[in-house]
Amino acid sequence: MFRKFTKDDVHSRSKVKSSIQRTLKTKLVNQYPQLEEVIDELIPKKSQIELIKCEDKIQLYAVDGEVLFFQKFDELIPTLKLVHKFPAAYPTVQVDRGAIKFVLSGANIMCPGLTSPGAALPDAPGFEEESIVVINAENKDSALAIGKLMMSTEEIKSVNKGHGVEMIHHLGDPLWTFNVE
Amino acid sequence: MSETKLRNVVYCDVCSYPPDYCEFTGKLKRCKLWLKENHPELFTKYYGDSDKEVDAVSSKLAESSIGEEREEKLEKDLKRLQTKQENKEQRELAKKLSSKVIIKREARTKKKFILAISGLEVFDVDMKKLAKTFASKFATGCSVSKNAEKKEEIVLQGDVLEAVEKYIHTLLEEKGLKDVKVETIDTKKKKKPTETPAPAN
Repeated sequence: MFRKFTKDDVHSRSKVKSSIQRTLKTKLVNQYPQLEEVIDELIPKKSQIELIKCEDKIQLYAVDGEVLFFQKFDELIPTLKLVHKFPAAYPTVQVDRGAIKFVLSGANIMCPGLTSPGAALPDAPGFEEESIVVINAENKDSALAIGKLMMSTEEIKSVNKGHGVEMIHHLGDPLWTFNVE
Repeated sequence: MSETKLRNVVYCDVCSYPPDYCEFTGKLKRCKLWLKENHPELFTKYYGDSDKEVDAVSSKLAESSIGEEREEKLEKDLKRLQTKQENKEQRELAKKLSSKVIIKREARTKKKFILAISGLEVFDVDMKKLAKTFASKFATGCSVSKNAEKKEEIVLQGDVLEAVEKYIHTLLEEKGLKDVKVETIDTKKKKKPTETPAPAN
């Protein structure tokens, strides 16, 4: 999604009204209920969210010069910066060590990388297809990517072939290096 | 407000990743130096005691389940990436050192001049921003345009050649590039080849 993304893709930027800011926050909490206790730390009440509209109807939301989350259509997706601050709140899958290299270069994640001994998937019922997951790696503390499940985690376990997670955002991609100013 | 719940993530200054992933960027050597200097406790956590060799480090990190064969391959790939990256950096540095900035002074009318500054794009300078700074610093018009070679240059109105030269020197020094040549070219009208600098506007 952010394979190519530069400053030229920014169409407009504006400050978000505080009422909309509130709705955004509740929406975020609704999506990730565990965020509730820390939401005021992540986005302090007094802070000013900035909305950056970009090419392909991507909207970035930045607080204090840091892009914290973005949305393509309806769903809010946290960026890795936000995930790193409070990783417990998001559905997480884990890939094995061999996969890290490919993930960091922006590849979709293949099922075997999610089912091998070094990887971890949640127990049944797991996550639905199309849900946003944070991708962690074996022996690592921080998340390295965010993706969208192309099949449910149960299916990944049983099929074990082909693409499992569609890449949305990974360490080192243009969004990661994107500088809000 | 409880401060404890949020994780405070350290990001590597060299590669901008969390230090866990430094080994995958190909800049591991510099990352390690940085981490050792700035966050020694993290350094010991990720790389063990500092005296050990790189091999020992990666094997420690690699207590994983993907099998020795694949692990070996991965390590090889990472090493290759690292050398590649290093070569690239060296090339870039060499390129930076060998290239030069050209400031050209052109006469427009008798007393008025424009300056064209080119060759800055190699040094990761934001041209637009610099143009803006110049415009406000010297209170003149300043813009970015393309020159004959289709490269970006800054066009600055007014005769402030010396000040600009000085400014660019300090700018490059800030980036740690002290020995970059800055060349000034003075093109004057043929009729008046004498050294009469126009009064600065």
